Parts: sequence; C-alpha cells; structure tokens
Amino acid sequence: MMTWLRQNARETIAALALVILFAGYIAIHPRGFSTYVVTIWSNQGTLLGLAAIAQFFVVLVKGIDLSVGSIIALTNVMGSFLLNGSPTSIALGMVVVLTVGVACGLVNGIAVVYGGVQPIVTTLATGGIFGGIALLLRPTPGGSIDETMSDALTYAVAGIPVSAVILVIVLVVLLMLLRRTAVGLGLYAIGSSEQSAYMTGLRVNRLKLVAYGSSGFVAALAGTYVSMVTLTGDPNIAPSYTLNSIAAVVLGGVALSGGVGSPLGAVIGALILKTISSLMFFSGLPPLAQPFFEGLILATAIALGALGVFRVRSRLELYR
Amino acid sequence: MTDATERTVTSRWLNRDRVSVLLIALGCVALLLGGSLLYPGFLKPGYILQQLQIAAFLGIIATGAMLVILLGEIDLSVPWTITGTAIVVISASGSSNPLIANLAIPLGLCLGIAVGLLNAIGVAVFRVPAMVWTLAVNAMLLGAAVFYTGNSRPNGEVPWLATLAATGRTFGIPNAFLVWLVVAAITIWVLKRTVYGNYLYALGNSRRAVFLAGARVRLVIVATFVLAGVFSSFGAILLLGYTNQAYQGMGDPYLMPVISAVVIGGTSIQGGRGNYIGTFAGAIFITLLSSILSVMQMPPAAREMIFGAIILVMLLVHGLTNKKEGI
Repeated sequence: MMTWLRQNARETIAALALVILFAGYIAIHPRGFSTYVVTIWSNQGTLLGLAAIAQFFVVLVKGIDLSVGSIIALTNVMGSFLLNGSPTSIALGMVVVLTVGVACGLVNGIAVVYGGVQPIVTTLATGGIFGGIALLLRPTPGGSIDETMSDALTYAVAGIPVSAVILVIVLVVLLMLLRRTAVGLGLYAIGSSEQSAYMTGLRVNRLKLVAYGSSGFVAALAGTYVSMVTLTGDPNIAPSYTLNSIAAVVLGGVALSGGVGSPLGAVIGALILKTISSLMFFSGLPPLAQPFFEGLILATAIALGALGVFRVRSRLELYR
Repeated sequence: MTDATERTVTSRWLNRDRVSVLLIALGCVALLLGGSLLYPGFLKPGYILQQLQIAAFLGIIATGAMLVILLGEIDLSVPWTITGTAIVVISASGSSNPLIANLAIPLGLCLGIAVGLLNAIGVAVFRVPAMVWTLAVNAMLLGAAVFYTGNSRPNGEVPWLATLAATGRTFGIPNAFLVWLVVAAITIWVLKRTVYGNYLYALGNSRRAVFLAGARVRLVIVATFVLAGVFSSFGAILLLGYTNQAYQGMGDPYLMPVISAVVIGGTSIQGGRGNYIGTFAGAIFITLLSSILSVMQMPPAAREMIFGAIILVMLLVHGLTNKKEGI
C-alpha cells in the first residue's frame, strides 16, 4: 500500500487535496451532506471527468487536444436530436453519437499521424470544424432528450449517485485496458519514447490512431452525458470543456510531455476543479470576483505542482 | 553548368521557408481572384487597402505570437490581454485627471508588459508548460476584467492617437498598415541580425545546447514573453482606435486567427523555424479569407467550419511536404 502511494505520489497528493476541498464544500454548503448535494456534485464532476479522460488519451501519446470541447458539443447536439423516441431508436441514436465521436477523434489522429501536422494546430483547426457543424445543426440551445433515460442516469440509487457508478465503471475498464493489455502498454511506451517504441516493433501509427479514436469515444460519452444532465443540446459549451480538461489532466499529474499519468489522475483533477468552482459559488465572495479567484486558484495549484523544479540539483536537467 | 548543379541551386532557392511564403502568396491571389468572381469590387485598390488596414491589427498581434512560437512555447493569454488593454486604455483616457488621461496608451502597454512578465514567471521560473500557464493567466485576466467593469461595457474615451493610427491615412495608405510595415521591418532585422534573434531560433531548436553554450536562457524567455505581451497590447490599442469602443470578449475571436496566421506562414509550432515574411503573408491571407466568407453572407457557423477546413488543408500541405523532405 505504501509503495503504491509512493509510486503514484502525484495522484495521491491530488486525491488528498480533493478530499480536503470536498470536506470544505460540504461544510460550507447550506444543505450539508445529503444525497441531493452529492448527486449534483457527482453529475457535474462526471461531465468534466469524462472530458478529462478524453484529453488524457491524447496527452498520453504526447499530443494535446484543443478540439475536445467541440467534439463534446457536437455529440451533445446530435444527442439532442437522436436520444428520444422508442428504446430502439434511442439505442440506434446512441450508436450514431458514439460513432461520430470516434470519427472526430480519428480525423484528428489521421491528420496528426499521416498528415504530419502538429496536434495542437490540427485540433485548433478541427475544433473550428466540429464546433461549426454543431452550431449549424443547432444555432441555439434546444432539442429534447428522453426523460426516463435521463432520470435513470442522473439520479441516485440507494444513496449512491448513478453518475459516480458510471464514472467508476469507465475508470476501472480503462485502467484494466491500459495496464493489462499490449495496446494500453504500447500507448505508454509511445508517450515515453516514440523512437524506442518504434524500434521495439510497436506499430506506432496505429497505436496513435487508437489513442485519438479512444479520446473521441470518451468525448462522445461526455457529450451524451451532458445531454442527460442538461436535457438540451447546446453548441456553445465547447471552450469551457477544452480549457478545463487540459487544466484537469495537469492537476491530476498527467505529464504534457507524454507517457506519464492515468485516467484516475485526470478524473481526480477534474473533480478538484469542479469542487473549487462549487466552493466559490457558496463562498460568499461577490459573484463578479469569482472568475478571478477561480483563475488564481488554478494558477496557484499548477505552480505548486511544479515546485519540484527547485529541488533539481543541476539546472541542465531542466533543459531538454 | 550541368543539370545536377542547376537542380541543387533551384532547390536551395526554393527552400522550405520560401515555399511556405510562395504558397501563402498564391493563396492570397487565389482568394482575391475567387472573390472578384463573386463581387467585382474585390480587385479595386480601395478594397485591398481596407483589407491591409484590417490585416495590420492581426499582423501586429501575430508578431508577438510568432516570437513565442519560435521559442517553442505558446501564448494563449492573447484574447484577454487584448480585452484588458482596451479596457485599461479606454477608462484611463476617459479619466478626469488629465495626467492619467494623457498616459492612457503607455498604461495600456504597461499592462502588456505585466502580463508578459507573469507568463514568463510561470514558464521560465516554475517551468509550467506554457500552454497551461498562459491559459490560467488568461482566466485570471478575464476574472480581473469582469470584476473591474462589473461585467458591463466600460465607458471612457478612445485616445485620439489610437484613432489616428488605426483609421487615419497618409497619402491614401492606411496608417495602420504603415505602422505594421515598420513593425515588420524591425522584427525582420531583430530576427536576422541581432544576438537576441539568433538565441531565439537556437532556443527553439535545442534549449540544452544553448544553455550549455552559456547563454542566459531565462532572460531570453522572459524578454520574449514580455515582447509578446507588448505586441498584443499594441495591437489592442490600434483595434480600440478602429472599433472606437471596448467590450467584454473583444479579444476572443483573435486567438485562432493569430496562431493560424503564424503557423500557415510556415513557422513550426515546435519552434526554431520560420520567417516573418510568412507571418506577414499569413495575416493577410487570414484577413482576406474571413472577409470573403463574410461578404458571401455565410452564417457564422459555416464560416467557422470553412475557416477551420481551409487552415487544416494548408497545414496538411505543409505537413506532407515536410514529411517528404524528411524534416
């Protein structure tokens, strides 16, 4: 147990911070610890958590995805057209939405892998395209989602929020796949050193496509869950998800240089961010001052996470 | 002269940077010709001069972005540096205290310096990835702006100098474009002829080598981010003179065009490679493209899509030629 904690120091510190923040949030919340409060928190956290996992997959292979919010917006808007009616049509709609997500991820992946374009500029451009399609489909927020399904997925059963269960299942499955399969370990290998991975005989290009496709898939899950929580399709949610997903992976100890971190860390980072903004809401600060403090806390948290640079013995280690 | 030597000479003349500039220049011509089919006024000098005037705002802001990208970093705090500067300048200029009113433009530039320093502290001292740190700085600036203005449109006065520089004309040529030409000339000189310029390219290629060579790496990083902040503020002041008002989110539509202008101009997003002529042409290309899309009365959504698609295609052309050259 202690070894595990030491090996995963970044996640452990992040998790401790989360526990403290959550305790503060519950203490400050007028309704205290109740199923209602926890369910709302968990639903919001699951949305950002899934977005962070989507970001994680791309960051793992040394990329960055500035289109993740747009994919979420696009799948959310598509969900608002497709996720109602008979059970069969809902199921079909679900398949379509998830396929669109994977397709978006693959477009990014193909441009990066075969087109030789850097991930950051690729996804900047495709983000415009995906966001544009979402805005064309639905210029203003609207549409409808099957309410029975929404209720089943966003309420709590026996005091446990369904969203938390979903998030845990997604996490367990992904952790198993990443740690126990050749594909998962291959992704870590590429992130650590693409050259060595190639020399070992890994199919680097294909594995990268897997990473981008998985990212699109999880982003589509996030988009679908946005539909479930908000019951509308909203094309304007993209920027905040992109921004927060990047902040979340960094807070959760995922290295932007690739190969380091886990989806668990990404989710913890997302929950920290969500808890901070909820704390702000109930903190009694004037509402107009809240965005500033949110930014300030984000910057402080990131800077604290980077304090390790002052323990470096030779400054040469800092330059790569 | 044999065929072989001739071929090397041509290929050396047509190096990667020149191909990028040529490609972009062709793109601009294609846009103008294509535009003139839809709308005959496109080839008139009046229209072209107006586009150059608008391109100047983008181009000046992109100058700062390019320096940071050459370094191998990125500055995502551009949008709210622009908005923040506009708010500071317009409210200082409207102040009843004549001293503050006269210092409005220097105050705006000081904001740019301050933002640049803040960015540099995170990147050079704490070693936070620039992408994350500048994003957080952007969020803080947004918060400060919202708090300061009470989330409403800031009142005040636009300094006459900003209006003159942004909208005035000298011998029929927009002042903004002339200002941009001066900025361009200085930037090219700095990049090609000064120690700072050499360090910038060298740092973009290998930090380690430059550090071992004894250069003051941190100083160069700090200087670059400060310059980027100043260019963002400078562009914002001109923009303020042009729009004659400051409003929340006026900088938001600039982030993507600014980075696109730099990158399609042939500057490598990984740093260490690129020339200013490319950025210059890139800014004109982006301006023409968005002007044509708005003349065609595309809905904003379709505009965003086509914009993204064309930029992706330009990037793919670059990427594939680089792959062929084995870069």
